[in-house]
Amino acid sequence: MKRFLPLGIFLVLAVFLAAGLGLNPREVPSPLIDKAAPAFRLPQLQDPGKMLGTEDLKGKVWILNVWASWCVACLEEHPILVEFSKQNVLPIYGLNYKDRREDALKWLGKHGNPYTLSMEDNEGRVGIDYGVYGVPETYVIDRNGIIRYKRIGPVTVQILQQKILPLVRQLQG
Amino acid sequence: MKGVFAILLLVLSAQCAAREAPSASDDPVLEKRVIKLTSDLRCLVCQNQSLADSHADLAIDLKNQVRSQMQAGKSDAEIRDYMVARYGDFVLYDPPFKSSTLLLWAGPFALLLIGLLGLAAYLRSRRRRLPDVELTPVDRARAQALLRDGPGNEAQ
Repeated sequence: MKRFLPLGIFLVLAVFLAAGLGLNPREVPSPLIDKAAPAFRLPQLQDPGKMLGTEDLKGKVWILNVWASWCVACLEEHPILVEFSKQNVLPIYGLNYKDRREDALKWLGKHGNPYTLSMEDNEGRVGIDYGVYGVPETYVIDRNGIIRYKRIGPVTVQILQQKILPLVRQLQG
Repeated sequence: MKGVFAILLLVLSAQCAAREAPSASDDPVLEKRVIKLTSDLRCLVCQNQSLADSHADLAIDLKNQVRSQMQAGKSDAEIRDYMVARYGDFVLYDPPFKSSTLLLWAGPFALLLIGLLGLAAYLRSRRRRLPDVELTPVDRARAQALLRDGPGNEAQ
């Protein structure tokens, strides 16, 4: 019995350490889940004379995707979003975060535009309200303007199929 | 070596100034307050640095946010609440005591308690394993001889 005690302690430690290694410290649970999406009103990227805000989006389920032309990880998820937007499941609105308009437009021209519309958040003020700290970030917002899901980092096919789509169907249903 | 360090410091501070100068206010009292508060807030981009230490873009934005809120007359507690509302308890280096942080706060004390109980159990079992042996007169005499003459004389 006594002989196996160190082995037992080792195994317990190993299990804890393995679990700890599996966790992603960058995935901080957002306090915004199930809270009202912070209100904003921003100029549209393609047509800065026009504004778009959370008020205009009340009554529909929509995705807010925070992106920027300088953001390398955005390129990773971009084809997935472009493909997804073609299915017309729900509108995807882009928040162009701390970017320059000409860079952003060039980027969309080059890589495709999955967004119903994009809004300009040049100073990142709206980003702060949404707790953005690792672009890209993706939010699912329901008909009442409540944030139901948040993804920090690129959306993968798996996350889209297993998390976002079922949630969207449920919210739309 | 000292010279290199000085140059490095100069270069670094020049960079900091270049990035932060437009927003830093002239009020040293306010700046002190900004630094004090942001030292207690975690930078989410570089998680092992405080907002005060970090030069990540977001950290600079948040420092500016803290500064402008202070200028608007907000209290430290209000600004801390503002950060928690957006980034969660994770931004606080001194998280509050509540159900989700129970393990964090009580865990070390629970471990200490388990350790003390283990120690007590061990000491008690050890005492049980060491019975009081009564020495026979022969043993006693031998022990005295050993104490008097040293181990070399034991055989005689």
